[in-house]
Amino acid sequence: MNALFTEPFLVSLLFGAVTAGLPLLLAGLGEQISEKAGVLNIGLEGMMLFGAYTGFLATYSTGSFWLGFLAGGAGGMAVALIVLLLCIRRGLNQIVIGIALTVGAEGLTSLLHFVQFSRTYPRLPAAPVLALPILSQIPILGKGFFSHHPLVYVSWILVAALTWMFRSTYLGLSLEAAGNKPAALDAAGVDVVRTRSLAVLATGFLAGVGGAYMANVGAGLFVPFMTGGAGVIGIVLAMLARGRPLWVLIGASLFGVSVAMTTALQVAGINVPTDVVQMLPFAVVMLVLVLFARNSMLPPALGLPYVRGER
Amino acid sequence: MTTESEIGAGPQATMLRVLIPVALALLVGGLILLALGKNPLDYYGYVMQRSLLRWGGFQETLTRMAPLLLIAAGLIVAFRAGIWNLGGDGQFLLAAVTSAALAPVLIGLIPRGLTLVVCMIVGIGVGALWSLIPAMLKARYGVNEIITTLMMSFLGTSLANVLIKLVLRDPDTTVPQTRSLPVDGRLPRLFDTTIHCGLVLAILAVILVHLMMTRTAFGLKLQVLGANRAAAIHAGLRVERLTIVAFALSAGLIGLAGAVEVLGVWGTVRADWNPAFGLLVVPLVFLARFNGYAVIGFTLFFSALMVGGESAARRVGVPQHYVLVLVALLLLFLALVEYLDQSRRKRIAA
Amino acid sequence: MSAAQRKLTRMIKDATQAGQSADSPRSGQFAVAALRHVTKRFPGIVALDHVSLEFHAGEIHVLLGENGAGKSTLVSLLAGMQQPDEGEILIGGAPAVIDSPRRSMDLGIGAVFQHILLVPSLTVIENLMLGGSWLRPLGRAATLRRFEELSSLLGTRIDPDARVSGLSLGEQQQVEIMRALWRDEKLLLLDEPTSMLTPQGVADLGRMMRRLKDKGVALILITHKLLEAYEFGDRISVLRLGTLAGDIDPQRLQTMSEAQRTESVIRMMFGAAPGVDATPEQGHEEELAILLGRKLPRANTVDRNKPATLAARALATAPDFAETPLHEVSFELWAGEVLGIAGVDGNGQKHLAEVLAGQRSLRQGRIDLAGSDITQGRVPERRQRGVRYVTDDRLGEGTVGTFSVATNLVLKEIGAPPYWRRGITDWELIHRSARETILRNDIRTPSERTPVGKLSGGNIQKVLLARELDAEANVAILNKPTYGLDLHNQRLALDRIVAAAARGVALIVISTDLDELLEISDRIGVMFQGRLAGIVDNGDGAGNKVRRLMTGAAAT
Repeated sequence: MNALFTEPFLVSLLFGAVTAGLPLLLAGLGEQISEKAGVLNIGLEGMMLFGAYTGFLATYSTGSFWLGFLAGGAGGMAVALIVLLLCIRRGLNQIVIGIALTVGAEGLTSLLHFVQFSRTYPRLPAAPVLALPILSQIPILGKGFFSHHPLVYVSWILVAALTWMFRSTYLGLSLEAAGNKPAALDAAGVDVVRTRSLAVLATGFLAGVGGAYMANVGAGLFVPFMTGGAGVIGIVLAMLARGRPLWVLIGASLFGVSVAMTTALQVAGINVPTDVVQMLPFAVVMLVLVLFARNSMLPPALGLPYVRGER
Repeated sequence: MTTESEIGAGPQATMLRVLIPVALALLVGGLILLALGKNPLDYYGYVMQRSLLRWGGFQETLTRMAPLLLIAAGLIVAFRAGIWNLGGDGQFLLAAVTSAALAPVLIGLIPRGLTLVVCMIVGIGVGALWSLIPAMLKARYGVNEIITTLMMSFLGTSLANVLIKLVLRDPDTTVPQTRSLPVDGRLPRLFDTTIHCGLVLAILAVILVHLMMTRTAFGLKLQVLGANRAAAIHAGLRVERLTIVAFALSAGLIGLAGAVEVLGVWGTVRADWNPAFGLLVVPLVFLARFNGYAVIGFTLFFSALMVGGESAARRVGVPQHYVLVLVALLLLFLALVEYLDQSRRKRIAA
Repeated sequence: MSAAQRKLTRMIKDATQAGQSADSPRSGQFAVAALRHVTKRFPGIVALDHVSLEFHAGEIHVLLGENGAGKSTLVSLLAGMQQPDEGEILIGGAPAVIDSPRRSMDLGIGAVFQHILLVPSLTVIENLMLGGSWLRPLGRAATLRRFEELSSLLGTRIDPDARVSGLSLGEQQQVEIMRALWRDEKLLLLDEPTSMLTPQGVADLGRMMRRLKDKGVALILITHKLLEAYEFGDRISVLRLGTLAGDIDPQRLQTMSEAQRTESVIRMMFGAAPGVDATPEQGHEEELAILLGRKLPRANTVDRNKPATLAARALATAPDFAETPLHEVSFELWAGEVLGIAGVDGNGQKHLAEVLAGQRSLRQGRIDLAGSDITQGRVPERRQRGVRYVTDDRLGEGTVGTFSVATNLVLKEIGAPPYWRRGITDWELIHRSARETILRNDIRTPSERTPVGKLSGGNIQKVLLARELDAEANVAILNKPTYGLDLHNQRLALDRIVAAAARGVALIVISTDLDELLEISDRIGVMFQGRLAGIVDNGDGAGNKVRRLMTGAAAT
């Protein structure tokens, strides 16, 4: 058991946790924005997966990772657009559309991948790393936390930015009103549909970037169905975080740790079968849900389309 | 989605409401194929030929219907009760693995008939058990079951793999899988065909579920719960208990699907095997408006698509995951047509 | 239509013709807003039919009418929630299209609706900041300043950083009024503002309205309560079934003393001859009752020598965030008695009803029915013993809107004979019984298979009453049974309640309409903050005693 607390193990664990946790963080933050505004995005997984594909395609064709993330965001937003048009503007059932989008993204990306890459299965080169000066020199923590692609650091700033935005801007107030009592928002003269549309597009963007990161940085390639439940974990994170982005960060990190466990253990020379470790994140989620079931609070207007004049 | 039987909706209107989404899905799906450089007519033609027009293929189609129908029965129970049981894959797999592991052991000790029955019951039990946590979380604390069932599904799939690779592994094979159930130990075939009698069981199950929902007190109670939870409480129904029972029934039927598929077709469960029928059946159940007889028809059509689609990858160059795209399109167009129909109805009433 | 109502319509028409018409100009005054021949239709009804009205600065214009008269539609038109089908709306003399709440606000119209439209999880100041442009930083200081200004104008004292969910209904309404006046609005709409207030709150509101009137704001007060209309109104317009039935202008209202005004208003509107030395309060309570078509209080026929049918002792419930819980509620109920429960909405009535029905468990206390303890049982056990509950939430809880009338009629008996035998449903029998019930109770529906959600409110209530007040009913709890019904159906409902009492059923009727309770109750209990503040025998002066109890003061 001494192998557990050596530097290679810890570094591998921390580094892996951040890498695995980032897509969850972005997806969770995105979902949080939607949930605040009263939209339940079951299709989050679809947004991530589609973003993973478009992001991979972009980086593969251009060699630029930043372009890849942008393309991923755009891909996620494309899926979100369907939610916007059908559910927000027209009021179709959010759950059915969400399932359709996730299944559709799975099918479409598999199809596209088959047509384009099934013979070649290309891999991307390793992502560029920005080692933060001074901070990356700290033993263990330095290599674990501060030697990543800059998107990671951007995401930490995003957590702070969103926290500020939710509580201290008109946009944040509007989002909260849209999810809590849309009629009040309408009476105050703000377009509820527009508020929710913006929220959903933001979610799609963040989820898409998360998916792109997963493909380009995390794996270095695209595999059909590669998001494997990350979107659902994102929804759970948003549900449990009760409107506070910091909690999404904490949750995402915890799940990142459980996902990164396999490789880290291998590095430590301990051979635990992959499948057992693969169970870990989901088992942890279920445990958390069981323990904190009473505390997950969802906004009252969640999932209900807003129609002016209806009580 | 409304499931009420609407007065004044003539049979023609209902037909259209069903056929239009199907036609649109096939059409748009075809366009996507075109965009990717494949000929949709080739594809659809091949699929029809392979799965419906040839006797061998048709038998496969019918065989495939067995697990799909059982899952459909399970989903009808859940959705009618207002429960989104999206954990079908986990329930299916775990039940399949347990039956697959148990059968070869029992077959040496007790006659085939008894073995099969016991294994099927075990499958039902495992499926129902796997739904217990989401059921209780929903019944007691109102935790959204979409999240919990999906989580349990991922958990169940991984657990199934762990069981196959570590615990129940057949030591004699190179590929990790459970010990194989010999062919003469599997579900007996119908007459001269390759179709196993699980199909009969499945059709029976769907019909029984339909009758239960429409003609029994229990079925009506589930419908009340699904239609208006506050009214269910007001009417004195035991909402918590009904939720758990509905969940167990739904997951049990899906578990039975897993057991039947193993006992009838494969005889073993290989690691990383996951046909993922759970979500695919969802649009069929909605299309049929939860009517048992209609579900049988739609399942036949879908089963043909799947069977044909599976070999289309080699023959026509379209991977089997294309079926997922069709499923998604079906759901989307279904929802759209429903919505357009409802707003047209509202405008007429005004 | 009863004789009194016919007289009413005739008198109003006379009064309108005798006085000035609403359209003629008045020197020195201009209309802040006006409606010209406005018509609005909804599926199946005409909510407003060629209505023309004017609203003047510095005047409280009361719009009076029963439920369904079209008042709320008028408000939603002015507030930008709906648009008229015909006719036009003029603001400051110029035609205006009000197609959104924002547009309404831009035009200087502020509205306070019946249901509080504040976000409960945000603070007062945050709610007031809602609506600012997303790209600008939060202007908390400016908002605070305006808040202070309006607070002194309106005479209110509210903590700006308090969360809205923690404020009383009266305080929330004050915040709403502030929001409605934020940009120095010239026209303030108040839709049934007093329905949720205590008598003290009503007085505060009245004072606030007068201050605003003095500042030159044009106020529109929507109400169905006659008393309020001539207490607060400078001008009264009566709406009936979407049309303007009559108009009483300030000139006439102002030139009289208070007593004269009350008498003349009654005489002009209702044609009843006032007595020379009759005190306004006594005289007009009876007259009011008559002209609203109400009968005089029932004769008391309850035999209190027999033991009570229902006895509740020290009932207490656990708090939940929506409704006020019960504390130490005790009372007895006799067969054939109607016990009215009065009180401002939200003082524990819902918990009381649910606890008696078996839908909510008791934290403490005990309930006895015909001598035996039924505290432990839930809805099915209570129903078996003859306890029935007509909920106020007809479509949300009382029925399943998508199910047929027939299914809803047996909703509470699923699994029981004769409609179910060994768990199998006898649909034939259910539909046959439903047809009989529909005939017997005059329920207007195309068929027994029609989804109950398609029926009108009155007919849905008939379904509920038919289901609950059946032959086996022993004790019935009715929560706001006439709420939202038109006069005809209100009368029908009250008649059925009285008939049930005559049959020996013990009834509890919860209502916010004191006049109604005074008509049918033998005794009236008052709920205040979860306690039963007192029980008053119905009779002379009962109304005043009840009103005192509603404020929280002890009855003398």
